[in-house]
Amino acid sequence: MADGAQTGASRREAILLAAGGGGLVLGFSLAGKGEAAQAAPARLNTYVTVKPDGWVEVVSKNPEVGQGVKTSMPMIIAEEMDADWNKVRTLQAVSDPALFGRQFAGGSLSIPLHWDELRRVGATARALLIAAAAKSWGVEASACTTEPGRVVHKASGRSADYGSLASAAAALPAPDPRTLKLKEPADYRIVGRFTPQVDTPAIVTGKPLFGIDVVLPGMLFATFEKAPVFGAGVESADLDAARAMKGVRKAFVVEGSGGLEALAPGVAVVADSWWRALKGREKLNTRWKASEASQMSSRGFEEMATGSARFATDKVVRHDGDVDAALKSAAKTIEAEYAYPYISHANLEPQNCTARFQNGKMEIWAPTQNPEPGRQLVAKTLGLKPEDITVHIIRAGGGFGRRLSNEYMVEAAWIAREAGAPVKLIWTREDDMRHGFYRPAGWHRFKGGLDAQGRIVAWEDHFITPGSAEGQPGRSAGMAATEFPARFTPNFRYNLSVLPISVPTGPLRAPGSNAISFAVQGFIDELAHAAGADPVDFRLKLLGDFGLVGTPGRDGYDAARMRGVLNKVAEVSGWGRTKMAPRQGQGVAFHFSHMGYFAQVVQVRVADDGQIKVEKVWVAGDVGRQIVNPSGAIQQVQGSVLDGLSGALTQEITLENGAVVQGNFDSYRLMRINEAPPVDVHFVLSDNPPTGLGEPALPPAPPALCNAIFAATGKRVRRLPVDPALLAAG
Amino acid sequence: MAYTLSVNGRTRRVDVEPDTPLLWVLRDTLGILGPKFGCGIAQCGACTVHIDGAPVRACALPIEAVGKGRVTTIEAIGDSEVGARVQKAWSELDVAQCGYCQPGQIMSATALLVANPRPNAEEIDAAMAGNICRCATYNRIRAAVRRASGQPEEA
Repeated sequence: MADGAQTGASRREAILLAAGGGGLVLGFSLAGKGEAAQAAPARLNTYVTVKPDGWVEVVSKNPEVGQGVKTSMPMIIAEEMDADWNKVRTLQAVSDPALFGRQFAGGSLSIPLHWDELRRVGATARALLIAAAAKSWGVEASACTTEPGRVVHKASGRSADYGSLASAAAALPAPDPRTLKLKEPADYRIVGRFTPQVDTPAIVTGKPLFGIDVVLPGMLFATFEKAPVFGAGVESADLDAARAMKGVRKAFVVEGSGGLEALAPGVAVVADSWWRALKGREKLNTRWKASEASQMSSRGFEEMATGSARFATDKVVRHDGDVDAALKSAAKTIEAEYAYPYISHANLEPQNCTARFQNGKMEIWAPTQNPEPGRQLVAKTLGLKPEDITVHIIRAGGGFGRRLSNEYMVEAAWIAREAGAPVKLIWTREDDMRHGFYRPAGWHRFKGGLDAQGRIVAWEDHFITPGSAEGQPGRSAGMAATEFPARFTPNFRYNLSVLPISVPTGPLRAPGSNAISFAVQGFIDELAHAAGADPVDFRLKLLGDFGLVGTPGRDGYDAARMRGVLNKVAEVSGWGRTKMAPRQGQGVAFHFSHMGYFAQVVQVRVADDGQIKVEKVWVAGDVGRQIVNPSGAIQQVQGSVLDGLSGALTQEITLENGAVVQGNFDSYRLMRINEAPPVDVHFVLSDNPPTGLGEPALPPAPPALCNAIFAATGKRVRRLPVDPALLAAG
Repeated sequence: MAYTLSVNGRTRRVDVEPDTPLLWVLRDTLGILGPKFGCGIAQCGACTVHIDGAPVRACALPIEAVGKGRVTTIEAIGDSEVGARVQKAWSELDVAQCGYCQPGQIMSATALLVANPRPNAEEIDAAMAGNICRCATYNRIRAAVRRASGQPEEA
């Protein structure tokens, strides 16, 4: 694999040579967003190769973690170059920011950040192929057009396959991509079509695609035991007992450095099979150093959040109008406290990474969402130069934000160097569950006031969140000052308290939003019922006749788009028009995140013993005017919705004595097929640029579920996960 | 300990400890990487293989318990008519998201359709409930099982 990939220069050469073969290779400088390839070669950004046999190779720059970008991003290029999709091969890029700019899978950003650029990459390829054909035929380029994989000159009836034009096209100067006319959507042949993932044939036949499937000659297998209490050091370990086990080659203590994000302390066991490494690990009898973190417990967190300090506010983040006066003069006021737990990403493919250290160079095969920061982290932790490290981006068995962190990459690199052999490190499921960067727990204390007409006149959210002793919310534990319904209620106050809790946290699919939506849309529902209003009508009134509030791309919130999806979901779900049986009900919620507007209706039936059957979910989403790949788009929405429901119904990470209690899928339950409702997805096409779908469909699901439970039972769920025992009849 | 196994129609000899799970014999000793590791305690089904046609969780089955059973993995399931039909339905409906669980899902679906060629909705859910899909592709899994069994995709 990529033997020429040792330095920046030779790596680039390797890509060009591998991709060239006499065909057309297109390069773009990223910084200039479309300056032609003859600019500084160090900034080349290579995407498209046309082979003499007519096959088109398209490089996909970002990691594929199941969100479908290895298909959708090449589709955009292929569309504008008018390639024949049946003759397009997709290649996964290595991590190389000099060539590709930032390469990451996060924030639902692949499509919005690349929609324009990738179209222009494709249009440039098409223009060059047309120019080559026109030149050889002695006709004007403007008289030529394209059919999939061919340039056509209608007047003379001539046509030529892209493959036959590739060499000539490669010799021509590339036009300025900014000057090229892009296709009209009505002319699309690839974008907008249901397109199976390019890796589907390999997936259904079990081909080795994933990080855990990487095999190198002479490779050994590693397991790495870390302290149950986050970050605790190694006091002692019986390394000799581990080494005495069959097949174990090395056992050693790793002191660790750089914190949990880099290299935590632990004990590595390296063997000739992973099972033998585990058997060696069982003999370690590791003792861990005392750590202050062992004081942490979920019960303690709950006491901190709801105990004597519950009314103390560290900081007023936002105060519009006069909330106290408005509450005083309100016709009706209600209060409620919401809480949600830590949850785990639980990627089905446990964290793993393969590394080889040879002649001072580190080569890494990583199922990561964020390769370049991983490369930098490995360089820093191991004292290597970044240019001596190559990171191959390998398909990951789920991302969900967990693989934005790269500590498994650092561990694999460290262990491989120490072991003196290529090493595949695989975490156990328990390692994964107990050493996460969890979705933070949080608490919201709400006060709301309604006027005589049933409109919200006052809103207060006292948000209590884990973070540092200095009062900084932890990673992914903050809430924006513009979080809805800020700007939509005249008297609004957001108070913040930060609890000093050092549980490691991080982004989990729709970070922040995935939990805040549960609280905010739950309390809006309570206000709707307090006002005696229909929950959809009440929300439409709350959105009012506002249009775009704030600045697009920063804190912008387009209330018209939200009304659009809310109306749509009410229509398709039969909201208010469907007769419900006893203990059956529908709930609604909406949320804006990651540039996407989503509203959902969940229908549930709650048995007399409190068991919940989610019968159906209807979703309306607005992510702009163009769905790139309807197959992947529907998948992302359905998956996000069921992910949100799964989290709300069963998932909770708890701590005792500083350690995570749950270890595997018996104690941490993920939704199974018999619990999964049909999810009916509708897109509202609005005249806005396309945005991403990895995340924004998740946040409305938990509150729509809980609001449906209220409609069915009259019982308000204010704490996740939902406790069926509280929903029993009578 | 030396064991003689039948894997995908071939006789394979391996020398491993008796408690080694079949999954790790397949993956690390034989280089058969289609069956996946997800949990190690038969909870998620990513490791599902067939032994004499029945779906089993290879992560929790010690090699010493395999005996003379004929092991089939995702790599060879397409050799059977039903397995090929299931793979085709999975491809046409683009079932996978990350794809990690799908070899196990396909193995469970194939075993179901061999035993019950036209399962109803409840039977599909019951047979597939041992396979977790973290991406939650469950709507399409149901549709693909129905398509592979020649039934309309909407139940």
